[in-house]
Order: sequence, then C-alpha cells, then structure tokens
Amino acid sequence: MKKKLRILAGTLVILLAASVCFAKTIKIGFNISLTGDIPKVGEESKFAGEMMKNEINANGGLEVGGEKYLLEFIYEDNESKAESAVMVALKLIEKDQVLAIVGPNSSKQAIPAGQVCDDNRTPMISPWSTNPDTTRNRPWVFRAAFLDPFQGPIAADFAADQFQAKTAAVLYALSNDYSKGLAEIFRDYFEKKQGQGSVKAFESYGDKDQDFSAQLTKIIAAKPDFIFLPDNYNEVALIVKQAHDLGWKGPFMGSDAWGNSELMKLCGDDCVGQYFSTHYAAAGATGATREFIDKYEKLYGYQPADVAALTWDALQVVLTGIQNAGKLTGNIEKDRKNVRDGIAAIKEVKGITGNMRFDEQGDPIKCAVVVRINEKGEFVFTKSVCP
Amino acid sequence: MTENLIQNIFNALQWGSFYSLIALGYTLVYGVLRLINFAHGDIFMVGAYIAFFISAFLFKGGEGLSGGATLALTIPLTMILTSACGVTLERIAYRPLRRKGVNRLYVVITALMCGLILEYGNLAFLGASRKSFPELMDKVVYQVGPVSMTNLKIIVILTAVAVFLLLNAFVHRTKIGMAMRAVSYDRFAIPLMGISLDAIIVVTFTLGSSLAGLAGILYALSYPVLDPFMGAMLGWKAFIAAVVGGIGDIRGAFVGGFLLGFIEILVVAAFPSTFRDLIAFSILMTLLVIRPTGLFGLAQSTKI
Repeated sequence: MKKKLRILAGTLVILLAASVCFAKTIKIGFNISLTGDIPKVGEESKFAGEMMKNEINANGGLEVGGEKYLLEFIYEDNESKAESAVMVALKLIEKDQVLAIVGPNSSKQAIPAGQVCDDNRTPMISPWSTNPDTTRNRPWVFRAAFLDPFQGPIAADFAADQFQAKTAAVLYALSNDYSKGLAEIFRDYFEKKQGQGSVKAFESYGDKDQDFSAQLTKIIAAKPDFIFLPDNYNEVALIVKQAHDLGWKGPFMGSDAWGNSELMKLCGDDCVGQYFSTHYAAAGATGATREFIDKYEKLYGYQPADVAALTWDALQVVLTGIQNAGKLTGNIEKDRKNVRDGIAAIKEVKGITGNMRFDEQGDPIKCAVVVRINEKGEFVFTKSVCP
Repeated sequence: MTENLIQNIFNALQWGSFYSLIALGYTLVYGVLRLINFAHGDIFMVGAYIAFFISAFLFKGGEGLSGGATLALTIPLTMILTSACGVTLERIAYRPLRRKGVNRLYVVITALMCGLILEYGNLAFLGASRKSFPELMDKVVYQVGPVSMTNLKIIVILTAVAVFLLLNAFVHRTKIGMAMRAVSYDRFAIPLMGISLDAIIVVTFTLGSSLAGLAGILYALSYPVLDPFMGAMLGWKAFIAAVVGGIGDIRGAFVGGFLLGFIEILVVAAFPSTFRDLIAFSILMTLLVIRPTGLFGLAQSTKI
C-alpha cells in the first residue's frame, strides 16, 4: 500500500513538473530585417521583443481566459528584401503555425508581406511601416506607426516655419516604397501650399547607389531653401556628407527612417543641427517611455530608436488582442480570427509612443514629433503634432 | 549650365577613378592568365574592410595617431594584406585547378564562388551592421565660383592617374613586366625560358589585389559607409568597363573605367536616374558591337 502511494505521489510530481515544462505556449512570428540594407532596424525589433518576452515569461506567462500561456517568439530574417519578406511570412504562417506576425518594418517589405498575411487570414502588425498601402483594404493587417499622408505635411509645414522656406528639393530612393511614397506626398502637399514649381528638384537614385553627386549637383544648382530626404539612415549619412562636399550649406529635413541609433555613427558631425519627424523623442522622455529606454539601454548598451519602441507597442497591441479574444481554442484558424477581432476591438492601448486606437483601416490615430539632432548626437524634442 | 557641366565632370572623374582602379586589376589578371577573376570586386571590399580595421586600431577616434600618420601607415599595410588575400585565393582555388588543366570555364565559376564566400564570410563573421570609416583627412572644400572640389576628390583622381602610369611603366619597362607579357603570349613556352610561371602569376595577383586594396581605402574615405556587398555591383561594372576598354590592355581598363564613370554621371545629370544603367550600358553595348575586342583590344594577340 505504501509503495503504491509512493508511486502515485511520484507520478503526480512528474505530472506537475511536466505541466510546468510543457506549459501551453503562444507562438508569435517576427518578420524582420536582420541583414541587408537596414540590419539595425531588425536588431532593435528583436531586442524589444526579447525584452517583453522575458518580462512576461518571468511572471509565469500571459493570462488568457484564466490560463497562463508562455510566449514563444520566432525571429526570421527577411534580408531587407521584398521577396524574402513574402517567403518569411509564408514560412511563419504555414510551417511555424504562429498566431500572429509582428513586422516587417520597412514599407518595402511590409506591403507585399501584408498581402500574404491578409490572404492567409493571419493577423499581422507592422511596427514601423508608414506607407498607406500596407493596411489599405486589408482587414487582417494593422500597424503601430502613423501614416505618410500625416507625416509628409508635418515635415513640409515644419520646414516652412523653421527655415522660412518657400522652395524645396527632394532626393529619394526609387526602389523603396516608403521613400518614394513619402517623397510624392511631400511634393504634392508642398506645391499645394507654396505654389506650383516650389519643389525645384525631385531626384531619385537606385538600389545600392553610393554616389549621389550628379543628383546633388542638380539639386544644388536649383537653389532650394532646404532638401527633404525621406531615406534610410545609411543613405542619409552618405547624401548629407556628399552634399556638404559639393558646397551645400543649407538645411536638410528628414523623415522617421532617420531615427536610428546608427545614424550618428555613420553620419557624424555632418548631421548635427538637422531636423526630422519621428514617432518619439528619446532625449528628455518621461514616464513609461523613460522606463522602457532605461531598461533597454541597460540590457543592450545603446539608446533604442523609434523602431524598438514601436515594436514594444505593436506587441502590446497583439497581446491585448489575444486577451480580448477571451480564450484560445487550439484551432489555429479559429484563434487567428479571434485575435484579429480582438485587435480590431481595442478601445485604447497605452503605448510608449503614445496611446493607440485603430480606425477601420487598422491604422492607429496618434501624434508625431519633430526632433533636432544636437551636438551630442541626441535626438531632442522640438515640436509635437497631433491629428 | 556650364558650371553644372564642369561640376559633373569633376564628379565623373572621381567616380570613374574607382572603376578604373578596379578595372586595372581585372585586366592584369586576364592579360596574364586569361582568367576573369570575378572575385576581384570582393577583394576590393576586403581591402576597404582591412583599411577600416587598421585605421580604427591606429586612430582610436583621434586619441591614437594623428589622421595623417594613420593614413600613411594604413595605405601600405592595407595593400600588403589585401594582396595576401588575393594570393591566398590564387593558391587555394585557382592554382590547383590550373595544375589539373581544367577548362577555363570552371576557373571562372570558382572565381564567382570565391566572391560569394568573401561576401557571406564577411556577413557571417562581422555582422550585417554598417561600418563607418573614420575621417582620417581634414576635408577641405574648395569653392571656385559655383564649382566645389574637395582635396580628397583631387587625391583620388591623381592616384588613379599615377597608378595607371606606374603600372604601364612596370609592365612595359621591367623584366618582370616582360615576363608577364611573355606568359600572356605563350604560357607553355615560359618554363623553357627558365622563368617560374607560378612566381609570375603570384606577382600578377599581388599587383592586382594591392590595387583593389588601394581602391578600397580611397573608396572608404570618399563613401565612409561600408557593407559586405559593396564590391559586388562595383566589381561587375568595372569588369564591363575593362571589357569595353579591351580586356587585357592596361590603357583599355583605364580609359574604360573613366568612360563608364562619365557616362553614368552625365546620364543622371541629363535624365532621371532610372535611366542611368539603361542608357549607360546601351552605349557600352553599341561600342562593343562596333568593336567587339573593345577600344584598345586587338583580336587574338598578345595582351597586356
């Protein structure tokens, strides 16, 4: 009898241990750029994800419908390429059977990947993509960033006030949906505001270009009041330096793709004093944002840029969506549907880049800030604009 | 309009210098070995990275040596280490194949693979993050009327011209140069003359790779953002420039490089940049159709 009891007790202990070890998990996929043009963007997304996962799992997991679930994040590299982003999305959906996907970050990858997720009825949320096409008519796709039709006019208005600019020039990346879309929105708005022909030069460059001297010569000869650069940080560093080499002394205005911890490393003094519009200002942040920045800096050794903060917010949206779904049935298709409805039903999420609620397109309604790059290379808050 | 043109001519001279320096390496190896060393563009990338590590080690953000001293040490060291990389490739990849007497096609494919190994080796070991080359030179912008020049641009252009003149003299006026030309003329008669074929080939790779290393430093100074794939496209285009100039001919590589630089810059100056490669390579193709051996190439004769 005693022996039987002992065996019974032993089995119970094993079962208990097993239930802890094999606790139910929620799988979330990350479709991010760990290599290619913008590796730092993917890295910051991944770090922000790791931070949140470890925090929640240390507390026993996420509570959904009275049960605790551990989080499992799968990070896949899309090489900053549109084709690879599609492959990664398919892999995450079909092979890994993830509940939802975070990313891709750049619109160049988020637009095609969004189509895949929408077709396969899997909720996707892009932290950083600002092109309207990412979510347009795609009920399964959401984002955590504001939109270019909102950002473009802010950049145009700010430059007009700050530099008393009547004319502008634009240099953008032709093969990047983000850069091209924002450049066109900016041009249309600026010309409407300042009159036809006030955008004196509208120049583009191709993939992998490193020499922009011919385009910049044209721009400088047109004598604009400032140059608008809706480009990724690595190209910005080269463009700004080359413009200075060609004798340009005027100001630049940038967009949110400038906001990266590598910008100042690559650009140095040439970028000091320039302005760009972005999602949050790290220098001088307070409250929950400050807390997030401090935690991140302690773990990874550098100040997180907007994409890390937006990834954090995007994850909060996904997790709130899962909790709104009420329970997880184990049937992945049904669960994905519930999570999508859960995200769409969100009243408001308190994010560290601002509070978010979604319109019918799945776009958040939130504020943008304009920052100035100071002598220490910090991005300092200058102005905030809300819709 | 004329000021713009003059400015663009300077831009094109700088841009063409890089094509020229890389094309010289292609042409040298092809001239001697009849081998298109497709890894050459990636050896250029290795040169830029070697220059980055040496200068970062010596310069330490201005706390180590001064910029000028760093540069003076970085240039020879980079050229030596880059040529070591080129010679290593020759040793482990091309020489065994040559000894076995395989068809040239296999050697070309091997060269392509070596290029990919260098690119992805860099990506795997150094990570995808961009490297920022330190500013070793105090950049001075000279403003002549509306035309702007930097001291760096002038140095780049002068270096390309000097390298061409020195290389030309080396190949045509020294004994080793004569031996190189002899290898290109008849590789199998060379051992009969008491010349070591392997030694001449090593010299060729050393010269070609050290030029790629030099181009790497100058490129990193001019465009201080390095990534593992920076050599791929540039290498391809420089190869085309060498072919249009007449591959195997040193003058051809020099002229071809500048020609491509000029066409690219002037096309962008006149048309939207989308048309650049379309127009540039249509022009080059037309040139080849008219002269299939390139500007300076002679059909089936001694090259180099």
